[in-house]
Amino acid sequence: MIYRENGQFKTSYAADQQIFPIRQDRYAIAALLVFAFVGVPLLADEYMFRAILIPFLILGLAALGVNILVGYCGQITLGAGAFMAVGAYAAYNFLARVDGMPLLGALLLGGATAAVAGIVFGVPSLRVRGLYLAVATLAAQFFFDWAFLRIKWFTLDSSSGSVSVSNLEMFGWTINSPVEKYLFCLGLLAVFALLAKNLVRGAIGRQWMAIRDMDVAAEVIGIRPMYAKLSAFAVSSFIVGVAGALWGFVHLGSWEPAAFSVDRSFQLLFMVIIGGMGSIMGSFFGAAFIVVLPIFLNQALPWLGNLVGVSISTVGVSHSEFIIFGALIVFFLIVEPHGIARLWSTAKEKLRLWPFPH
Amino acid sequence: MGFFLETLIGGLMAGMLYSLVALGFVLIYKASGVFNFAQGAMVLFAALAMARFAEWIPGWLGFENQVLANILAFAVAAAVMFVVAWLIERLVLRHLVNQEGATLLMVTLGIAYLLEGIGQSLFGDNIYSIDVGMPKDPVLVLEGMFPGGLLINKEDFIAALIAAALVAALSLFFQKTATGRALRAVADDHQAAQSIGIPLARIWVIVWFVAGIAALVAGIIWGSKLGVQFSLATVALRALPVVILGGLTSVPGAIIGGLIIGVGEKLSEVYIGPLVGGGIEIWFAYMLALVFLLFRPQGLFGEKIIDRV
Repeated sequence: MIYRENGQFKTSYAADQQIFPIRQDRYAIAALLVFAFVGVPLLADEYMFRAILIPFLILGLAALGVNILVGYCGQITLGAGAFMAVGAYAAYNFLARVDGMPLLGALLLGGATAAVAGIVFGVPSLRVRGLYLAVATLAAQFFFDWAFLRIKWFTLDSSSGSVSVSNLEMFGWTINSPVEKYLFCLGLLAVFALLAKNLVRGAIGRQWMAIRDMDVAAEVIGIRPMYAKLSAFAVSSFIVGVAGALWGFVHLGSWEPAAFSVDRSFQLLFMVIIGGMGSIMGSFFGAAFIVVLPIFLNQALPWLGNLVGVSISTVGVSHSEFIIFGALIVFFLIVEPHGIARLWSTAKEKLRLWPFPH
Repeated sequence: MGFFLETLIGGLMAGMLYSLVALGFVLIYKASGVFNFAQGAMVLFAALAMARFAEWIPGWLGFENQVLANILAFAVAAAVMFVVAWLIERLVLRHLVNQEGATLLMVTLGIAYLLEGIGQSLFGDNIYSIDVGMPKDPVLVLEGMFPGGLLINKEDFIAALIAAALVAALSLFFQKTATGRALRAVADDHQAAQSIGIPLARIWVIVWFVAGIAALVAGIIWGSKLGVQFSLATVALRALPVVILGGLTSVPGAIIGGLIIGVGEKLSEVYIGPLVGGGIEIWFAYMLALVFLLFRPQGLFGEKIIDRV
């Protein structure tokens, strides 16, 4: 009854092509943004920021990048963690080796380096397809794992192999407290989400989707597969690289290559598949699900155990986490193979007809 | 020369071990089009079952015979793998017919988490040993031909023989038995197979069970080499390049791919490794597979991919 576009007439092309054509959507998004920028910093405590909100924002950004490649261009990648690592280490090197390098510059250059790496490792996609490509992208994962562990130049010859960044500062603003870190990540996420949304609904995004749906047919109607695929790899790796740099700089502070292991790649792919392939919103749903679920299970299981009078050991908790996490993923994919984003759009569709479904 | 041959033979034998794991991938992909990431978890699960039952069964039945205990444990572990296969078909695959490859891939990752969690809560999470009486000491052969002879690991050699036997048995099963023919028919075309009366659900249970047996054998061999522990599940990541190099749909491909990867890994580690700081085995295998794929995108023996609009 409330959520309905009746009477909202479009009088210009601009109005017709806007991202949220329904007025209620625009209000909802505006309210959400205000809440995220103003409400959350007032309400959340430090633990919330450190353990949930900041990881959610950064991994959401990474999932957004992966979604562009997997969801929009249809190239399954199992090497996203590697490009996070490239972004993080490249940004670290720019920051440490170049005098007076601003934080934002280092982040973006890290992303750019990841984009170049993405193009290099995307070249096989021109010849190799589908699951073969998915496995082949693991080459990037293991290569960069090895490179950042063994080649000391990348870590400025640090003896322990871990690198750290302190004193995050941008335009005179020192990013120190969890709230500031949260706002910084949120700002970047909002900008990148807007950019990504506009990319995927523009000409290039349509090319990606044509390639995804059927690359031979796309080629026949005049889309250059090389250009489309490599640009998807570049854009995706850029965003993933920036997310990686944020993960290292803002969330971890100091890190080792293990922070970007193959498990991270699987995790990112999970976010995309569970959230919804080919949906910007879906990336965030997926990230929220994957970030919050383990924390929730970790807290809830001992409590549940106490409730029925069984004390579960820490080892038992970690095994049960595995089991429940796995079972939930299987369950979700069976119930809704198209991800949470599909549930969301079904709900919206229902809401438009409510209370008079014909 | 002697050293080179030693490395080469070591590589070939390591390659056979990879093929064992790779076989499981190929079997399932052939028959159901599912890229089964849970194969590594299945290896771990099967090995855990084997190791623990071999320990428990003598206590339950009150005898001391190691060989008998191993045989019984193998039978029980095989039964466990059958239950796993049946449950996977019943609870998961049946509901996901005709879904996209990516979704199926992620489901098997979910199954992998499940199996790892359940396996470790049922059977414990320490390091266990499997003792099936494999000789551990290396032997020297061909002393007459090379100064010092060639040092060959007997354990690896026997493992390679077992792997070869398993592959031969599977090939026979696929080529000569009625069930094998049905499996190949399903692999060819689900719908056509169904329309001539092949029960799809039963075929899937069988093929996951066969993959489970392959995982059990791989788990026993790897487990007696490295000990049964969580890291056994990562064996799958070592076997993946083998699978894509050989072709996702080819059993012989898994063997040849395994041999190529095994040799490539060992030679690169010995001859290139020291130049760049070592530890290059794992990514070198992937790069090697990638190079082969650039020339043959369907792997060495995979079915040619034909695109039609």
